[in-house]
Amino acid sequence: MIIITYILMVIGAFFYAIGGLGIYRMPDLFNRAQAGTKATTLGTLSLLLGIGVANPAWLPKIFIIIIFIAVTNPVGSSALARAGYVTGVAKYEGTVIDEMQGYFVEECEIDE
Amino acid sequence: MNKFITTFLVIFIPWILLTGLNIMEIALGGIVSIIISVIISKQLDYGMNVYSIPKVFKFLFIYIPVFIVELIKANLDVAIRVLNPKLPINPGFVKIPTNIKSDYGRLTLANSITLTPGTLSIDVDDQFVYIHWIDVKGNSPEEYQANVSSSFEKLLGGIFK
Repeated sequence: MIIITYILMVIGAFFYAIGGLGIYRMPDLFNRAQAGTKATTLGTLSLLLGIGVANPAWLPKIFIIIIFIAVTNPVGSSALARAGYVTGVAKYEGTVIDEMQGYFVEECEIDE
Repeated sequence: MNKFITTFLVIFIPWILLTGLNIMEIALGGIVSIIISVIISKQLDYGMNVYSIPKVFKFLFIYIPVFIVELIKANLDVAIRVLNPKLPINPGFVKIPTNIKSDYGRLTLANSITLTPGTLSIDVDDQFVYIHWIDVKGNSPEEYQANVSSSFEKLLGGIFK
């Protein structure tokens, strides 16, 4: 059993490392938010499952924590990206299409 | 009353799962849950009743497995992009039409879009979900929808309407 725990924890650590590397390598806020959110969500899930396998008495708690993380993590990154867009953070020059141009105009005026 | 009972269960069951079966914990959790449910079911306006409970189970057993598979695919996708020395990204902001009408349904759709390969939802309005997409494929909103959200749309449409 303990071997499964170690494997899950290594997978979790690997995805955390990918998330950190992604935040370093990606060119703008939105791409960084993508790399950051996804990799850390799976990293956390895998790490927590590893702990649950090592100590089965904690599994119910682990499931609750997993559900909370899976629900709140995307909301957080969405809010970050939205705030970035509303305040006009510089976009990567390779951005191919922007259908949101003008969508937030009213809110920007309210903010000012 | 209906709303009160459902709220109470939603608060109390996670509490039991978190603390385990200990008589003191259950008594304390029960009292606190009753107080919280009385207050928020009086003060806040939200739609929740006993008929939501089958929906929750449908949600857990049909939606979660699909979601986990997509999540793993998304992570491998990000890992491949980040580790590739050329950094193959082709980002853009697009809007995707959605047919789901309920608020919870659209929230879940936006959340699942965020956790699937290469997409991050930024905002939701009555007809569209606005997303940032790391590798844009297709030319029209319908093509975008086919590439990003059609599988979730079908699933969530069945659960939430």
